[in-house]
Amino acid sequence: MTQTDRQTQTTAAALALGDDALVLSHRLGEWIGHAPVLEEEVALANIALDLLGQARVLLSLVGDEDELAYLREERSFRNLHLVEQPNGDFAHTIARQLCFSAYQHLLYERLAHADTVFTPLATKAVKEIAYHLDHARQWTLRLGDGTDESHTRMQNAVDALWRFTGEMFQPLPGLTIDWQDLRDSWTKTVTGVLGEATLTVPTGPQTGAWSAGAGRQGLHTEPFGRMLAEMQHLHRSHPGASW
Amino acid sequence: MATSAPRHPAAPRTTDDGTGGDSSDAEARSAAFQAAFDAAVAADERIEPRDWMPDAYRATLVRQIAQHAHSEIIGMQPEANWITRAPSLRRKAILMAKVQDEAGHGLYLYSAAETLGVGRDELLDKLHSGRQKYSSIFNYPTLTWADVGAIGWLVDGAAITNQVPLCRCSYGPYARAMVRVCKEESFHQRQGYELLLALSRGTEAQHAMAQDAVDRWWWPSLMMFGPPDTESAHSAQSMAWKIKRHSNDELRQRFVDICVPQAESLGLTLPDPELRWNEERGHHDFGAIDWTEFQEVLKGRGPCNEQRITQRRRAHDEGAWVREAAAAHAAKHSSPAATREGRAA
Repeated sequence: MTQTDRQTQTTAAALALGDDALVLSHRLGEWIGHAPVLEEEVALANIALDLLGQARVLLSLVGDEDELAYLREERSFRNLHLVEQPNGDFAHTIARQLCFSAYQHLLYERLAHADTVFTPLATKAVKEIAYHLDHARQWTLRLGDGTDESHTRMQNAVDALWRFTGEMFQPLPGLTIDWQDLRDSWTKTVTGVLGEATLTVPTGPQTGAWSAGAGRQGLHTEPFGRMLAEMQHLHRSHPGASW
Repeated sequence: MATSAPRHPAAPRTTDDGTGGDSSDAEARSAAFQAAFDAAVAADERIEPRDWMPDAYRATLVRQIAQHAHSEIIGMQPEANWITRAPSLRRKAILMAKVQDEAGHGLYLYSAAETLGVGRDELLDKLHSGRQKYSSIFNYPTLTWADVGAIGWLVDGAAITNQVPLCRCSYGPYARAMVRVCKEESFHQRQGYELLLALSRGTEAQHAMAQDAVDRWWWPSLMMFGPPDTESAHSAQSMAWKIKRHSNDELRQRFVDICVPQAESLGLTLPDPELRWNEERGHHDFGAIDWTEFQEVLKGRGPCNEQRITQRRRAHDEGAWVREAAAAHAAKHSSPAATREGRAA
């Protein structure tokens, strides 16, 4: 592999990870002003801000952060289907966050220990993500092992989002990590939390579903285009302006 | 409170229940508490939660601090309205951080109110049922991105002008909350100013957007200082208690004097043809405020009153199952030791 190929792969990986953080941050930002309790207004905004910070670093490795965020169409975004899913109820948001934070934490731990362009970011981000994971875990336990209603809602959320989780373990060229090991560790972590929360781990497809790998190729789910329309409209309405 | 005055009984609020000694005894003690309270306020000392205080002082503080907390919470809405549309990632991060700070301010302030013996749930219930108010300013809509800058510059600016004197308010927990709030607010205000400056120096369309926002937010910001001194119901008593340090009109004048040069350096105008420097007074004269509009907004008939309270209620109601789950989980998993500690606290 030539130097240029390697660079292209690194750029593609940075874009994929940056898009994950950018899109999930945006979804969490939609909660602000709508959270079930004031402490969660603070917590969800906090997580959204951490992710946005990560996205800005990653996208800046690729090019101009604003051009990348505001001037690409959905076919050019490389984020996972999981992160673009609408917020749904609080249980859906928490299930999405648990699945993604567990993945991101394990992935960034590995990237922090490899010596690559991602090491400085991963070293810093892994501390933030440990907090995100703890937050998602605590809420999964409260909702799963709370009332009958919250248990049902949490189980529904996990069931609904499970099919989007296989995509996380499609190897990203440019990141030299053991993807099978990542998948095993993730499964162990998430299964452990769900079990503790008295929830059932879904048996449905985690790979083989249409969604596995599609987001990374720019093939997204329908709600994503609408999300981008809202996110980008002001920036696109004033071409060339600075803000 | 550090005072030499003889006014720190073990359980001051049980003195009016008639169980401790005869009534003349109780009256004498009550008078002594009042005298000690008055002396402490006169000496600029801080009243603390366990100190005796007049019932009306307590009620006024509850009303004011709750209204202040509610304003932080409702005030998240007009700005959060633009989070998903912020035109650059930097601006988006700044705005999210700011709205997050506001939720934090709400939490400080509810805690301060709770030191006076009311619960946060009770206060939220009063907000949701319209029995307690929030600042009239948040009943105006954010129609463009520039409104986010105008809110930072003008609304936060007015809030700071109001709140800096509250850092010296006679009630300790409120004063200390204000110190923290004011630090963050001044940061927000500078960010709002900087946002408007970027627009004002940007394209023609951006400049027009900034001017339009300032035109719409100027008068509502002046209303944030409350009714004129001649019609302010609570002012005199609040000033005597040193909850308030300056009159509404004084603070409003101070704000106008600060804003005029800032508007000039922004390259924007303020929408008041009567605004001019008065050499004799050493202040800017300005036009008459439309108090009818102010009253309408206060009565719930402003542009967004219905929407704001509906959204707040909906967030609360739709979150009920989440709060119930948290409580049920805590009850299931609290150890006997933790329960004992909880009772003792």
